[in-house]
Amino acid sequence: MSNLLTQMETPEDPSNLGMTIEQREVEGLSQGTIVRRRFFRHKGALISMCVLAVTFLLVYSSVGFNLFGLEIPGWWKYGYTAQGPIVNHGDPTWVLPFNFGDHPFGQDEIGRDIFARVMRGAQQSMVVTVLYGAIAAALGVVVGALAGFYRGRIDQWLMRLTDLFLIFPIIVLGAVLGQMVGGLGAAALGVVLGLIGWTELARLVRGEFLSLREREFVDAARVAGAGTGRIIFKHILPNAIGVVIVSTTLLMSSAILIEAALSFIGFGIVAPDVSLGQLINLYQGAFTTRPWLFWWPGLFIIVIALCINFIGDGLRDAFDPRQRRIPGGTGPYRQMAALIAGVFRGSRQKSPAEPTVGQS
Amino acid sequence: MLAFIIRRLGASVLVLLVGTFVIYNLTAISGDPLGDLRGSTAPNKQALIDARIQALDLNVPPPLRYFLWLSGLLKGFIGQFTLGNSIGGLPVTTLLENSVGNTLQLVTAATMLGIIFGVAIGMSTALRQYSGYDYTVTFFSFLFFSLPVFWVAVLLKLYVAIGFNDFLANPAISPPLLIIMSLLSGFIWMSIIGGEGKPRLIVFGSATLITAAILIFLLVTDWFTNPQLGPVLILVLGGLTAVMVTSLTTGLTNRRALYATLVTAAVGGALWYPLQFAFDALPELWFLAALGILAIVVGGAIGFVMGKDDRWVAARAAAITGFLVGFLLIIDRAMAAWPAYVQAVGGRPIATVGASTPDLGGSLWVGMVDSYTHLLLPTIALILISLAGYTRYARASLLEVMNQDYVRTARAKGLSERTVVMRHAFRNAMIPVVTVVAVNVGGLIGGAVVTETIFAWKGMGALFVSALHEVDVNTVMGFFIIVGIITIVFNMLADIAYTALDPRIRVS
Repeated sequence: MSNLLTQMETPEDPSNLGMTIEQREVEGLSQGTIVRRRFFRHKGALISMCVLAVTFLLVYSSVGFNLFGLEIPGWWKYGYTAQGPIVNHGDPTWVLPFNFGDHPFGQDEIGRDIFARVMRGAQQSMVVTVLYGAIAAALGVVVGALAGFYRGRIDQWLMRLTDLFLIFPIIVLGAVLGQMVGGLGAAALGVVLGLIGWTELARLVRGEFLSLREREFVDAARVAGAGTGRIIFKHILPNAIGVVIVSTTLLMSSAILIEAALSFIGFGIVAPDVSLGQLINLYQGAFTTRPWLFWWPGLFIIVIALCINFIGDGLRDAFDPRQRRIPGGTGPYRQMAALIAGVFRGSRQKSPAEPTVGQS
Repeated sequence: MLAFIIRRLGASVLVLLVGTFVIYNLTAISGDPLGDLRGSTAPNKQALIDARIQALDLNVPPPLRYFLWLSGLLKGFIGQFTLGNSIGGLPVTTLLENSVGNTLQLVTAATMLGIIFGVAIGMSTALRQYSGYDYTVTFFSFLFFSLPVFWVAVLLKLYVAIGFNDFLANPAISPPLLIIMSLLSGFIWMSIIGGEGKPRLIVFGSATLITAAILIFLLVTDWFTNPQLGPVLILVLGGLTAVMVTSLTTGLTNRRALYATLVTAAVGGALWYPLQFAFDALPELWFLAALGILAIVVGGAIGFVMGKDDRWVAARAAAITGFLVGFLLIIDRAMAAWPAYVQAVGGRPIATVGASTPDLGGSLWVGMVDSYTHLLLPTIALILISLAGYTRYARASLLEVMNQDYVRTARAKGLSERTVVMRHAFRNAMIPVVTVVAVNVGGLIGGAVVTETIFAWKGMGALFVSALHEVDVNTVMGFFIIVGIITIVFNMLADIAYTALDPRIRVS
């Protein structure tokens, strides 16, 4: 990785001198490689990937999980419904930095371990997020592709169908459907939310298809004898994949908030199972006396949603063909510090130019 | 245009019909509307169940019952409009009447402020792309985007409401805190205004000093317990407003526009004294609205008279100034009611639940302050969430536009940066933002469902949540039909706004 970066940041190869920075950057590389390199240069996205992976491992390995009836135990000693004797008045026993104690996140008023409950809640949120993202992306791509490719009557009908879903806010539709399936658990909720959350993506994909289908490469494929399915999936879709990936990521980050909100108002996941939103609802009355009951579930929602958002931002930057940022410029804060320091030293040298190349 | 609107409305009505049919059936089968009665121990349980079945036609299967509900809607044509009765026996129209106003009040304030601040912040970050300010705002907008609204709300209740109330009981800022706040403000202004080297440091220094001076002034005059603007401050703030409005709309080089706005501000300041009597003599809302319109007209007239060559431009700038100065005058009068209000609510002015203090009494002004203090927390919660989205969209779309050829042409013509940004880039950058706003209005009402639950706000969202828990189909449908209509109307307004912003787009 570092090898790649140094290669990118020192484009001083004499044979390339005649090219602009953008040309040098993408010269002789496949689309996939360019996107991957740009993505890995986005520090926020990279850090978020690592944080998300660690969270995922922690959440799934700690309290164990149930895979199609197969119970896989975790390394944490308490279950999320087990009531134990109250230790330390239920206060968190975690002494910074590494002395975790018996109940690092504390206990609630009947002695349930908050760490186990938050882990279980985060599992549920992740299940909803992944299912929602997968189903919404699949439906959105299919509907948008068909509408954009065939146009005419099919387009009309599919877009009216989309309007049907768009009329009502997703949280309100989700509440009605969640009331029906909420008791069935996270997987059912994720599927139901996915079935109503595909509309935005469908519109975007339709727009992409409408413009891409008029391009020469589609005509070329048709002349070469490619069938409709092949044109849609092998020729047009790969060109629209940036839009799909980016908006799916953003959909997923909203999914976790929607699930939490639904559980909070009582239409999502219901007791005895737990979800992060439901935990916050359950413990909001205890906020002044036992704030830790309230802090942890919220913190995990934010961490997961924030990571997904940053990854989405990194992907957006990576897929944007107009991205023209100078590789290897100093960071903005360092520039500002240098600027202030320079002024105080009295040296009137011109400050390092702000990298506003994108505006040229 | 008219044909477009009619066609669009026709299609929307069809979609709305199908949508309500589906929702009606889903809601009806989502639970048992007799659940609470079945579990009751009342001696006349069976009679109660029969009565409810009779009242709500529960013996008719849901798909057919939908048409009974729809016929109530269609009877609107013969003057017998009804949305049916709720489970409690009240007409749904009455329930909605009481709650729609509350929700709209909440959502309107949050939307307007969210759009104004979101677009302003987003544009300023786009103009300072890749600066420390840009990165900081980007990080915070992602953070706000990832915040669950109900979680923020509880934090706001604890820290903002209780903390601020404690502060108001004994308003004092310790000197170190004052210095830190001033430095922070200086730093923020420096990063927004930008520039290089020495000018940057001058901005930092002056912003720090101004903030410190304002804070000290507020503390010394005991402003927090007895807030007021008074004629002097109104003149000063009015003058500042005039300069800012002029520099944004016409540029300070247009002297006539600058003098026109300054005169408007001066007229506003001069009217302060007579208005004190008018406010007390006519404490009515229509009077305030009339005053606002009058301010715009007077400002416009002053600008028109003084503008000479560029009448309409000066008139516009002066009208905006007039409106803002009128706003300052009203705020000043509302502030005068503050001590009375604080006393009436027992020294804890920032409310955490509900839309108004029951049995408050007092004048219009006390009532006004009361609704502001109740609106404060839910509005902040809703703004924080929607602000992030608008910031991102405004930034992205302005960046896109600033790369266009016509912006380069405008710069090459030698136009000032202000003209390029405000006149050439801004309008085009607003097109995508308008779409997002229209789509978000529906979503914001969805978000209000959660916010209202936390703040015990008796609006449509709270009505919907309790109705859905009780499987009260008619009430749920009343909520849906209003949300659906609002969404459709706003989407159509967005289409119409496109043509206003970009004459190349023709609807039809």
